[in-house]
Amino acid sequence: MLRIDYLQVPGLPALSFEVPAHECLAVEGPSGSGKTRLLRAIADLDAAQGYVYLEAVERRELPGPEWRRRVRYASAEPAWWGAIAREHFPVSAKLDRLLSALALEPAILDRPIAELSTGERQRLGLVRAIADEPRVLLLDEPTSALDAQAAALAEELIKFQMLAGRSVILVSHDPAQIARLAHARLLLADEATRKAESAAA
Amino acid sequence: MSTIELSNFDLVLAALLLVINGAISLAFGMRLEARLAIAAVRMAVQLAAVGFVLKFVFAQTSPLWTLLVAVVMVLVAGFELAQRQERRFAGWWAYGLGNATLLLVGGLATLYAVAVVIGPQPWYAPRYVLPILGMVLGNTLTSVSLALQTLTEGAERERAAIEARIALGATRFEAFAAVSRRAIRTAMMPLLNTMSVAGIVTLPGMMTGQILAGADPAEAAKYQIMIMFVLSGAAGLAALAAAYAGVLLLTDARHRLRLDRLAPAS
Repeated sequence: MLRIDYLQVPGLPALSFEVPAHECLAVEGPSGSGKTRLLRAIADLDAAQGYVYLEAVERRELPGPEWRRRVRYASAEPAWWGAIAREHFPVSAKLDRLLSALALEPAILDRPIAELSTGERQRLGLVRAIADEPRVLLLDEPTSALDAQAAALAEELIKFQMLAGRSVILVSHDPAQIARLAHARLLLADEATRKAESAAA
Repeated sequence: MSTIELSNFDLVLAALLLVINGAISLAFGMRLEARLAIAAVRMAVQLAAVGFVLKFVFAQTSPLWTLLVAVVMVLVAGFELAQRQERRFAGWWAYGLGNATLLLVGGLATLYAVAVVIGPQPWYAPRYVLPILGMVLGNTLTSVSLALQTLTEGAERERAAIEARIALGATRFEAFAAVSRRAIRTAMMPLLNTMSVAGIVTLPGMMTGQILAGADPAEAAKYQIMIMFVLSGAAGLAALAAAYAGVLLLTDARHRLRLDRLAPAS
């Protein structure tokens, strides 16, 4: 469903791969290897040469905001523009269900963002990214600030998104999590390794 | 009743006050005397030169001369605007944006004030056009400068929040809504303050000038009220235009945030 064709992210070799609907691709690699840059380029948050297709529609055929409503990048540290959590969410009947899936009370929406813990903010960020039902989820370390219990709930929610037909690209430093969620893996070498390899060749 | 003409000796008498300041600076080692002297001489030369240029242009009453002086005023204001920005736009836009806003809003507001509101004969009479353009540019400059300063600062400080909105599918204007609203509000503050204390705390410069020149204070007040309306209107529109153009420059057609279009902080 999501097809990347010769995408040239600055600092990375050109990449081509597919992520079918219902499936998860894990992107692995050391810090600084360009995992976040790759996700940002797919969401068209940064400029990159090459093609990204969602169901045969290339990203440039849609206005940027339209594309990002379908192909959603969720940062490891979600940012907030309002003071109260609720300001960041669309009015949706499903919101309470998504929150309870991550063991969050609906009342959390009326609390000031500044008073929430890192883990609460990360879970809210995941709910925010999913709430308007994008087709593709680009999840950048979605459970990095969560304890094992909350992380398990988040994984269930991500699995449920795949069941609903969404494609997921997951950046994670947790091999066990990748084993539980991913159908395929993409390994990005860091720049030093790549330079060494190209020198050897 | 007419103005009492000032002799050069009168100017020297007035300058004495500044000389006293210089002496105090010397006595207390404040090291301001050289800068005071340079600023004072610069001011005197600039104003005297402007006096002669205006005298010449007023005597011509030619639309071309008026236009030429007006264009020079806009260019200087645009340059000054770029100098005031802590974070300028890269390349040509550092000057282009400010100049375009000043020219468009300042020019239109001045034309409207002179040709429609005052209505002198001929409508381009430099005696009316140039002083009003000067006042409009001065106020527009402050307002555009504040708007751009707030906008670029906000874009850098709230980069993560702006990008979060963009990633969630917001357009560039939705993503910048809070920042650009704050930029326009900040830009309007000086004029709102000026309007609320005008005549109570300070007597505005133009009104003072007209009264010294022998005009009826009631007439001078009417002129000042008209000018305040024009200045506030122009400053508000200019802030709006600058914030709008600023958002366009800080983003691209794909609605991505493009902070790389700001020149590196110096």
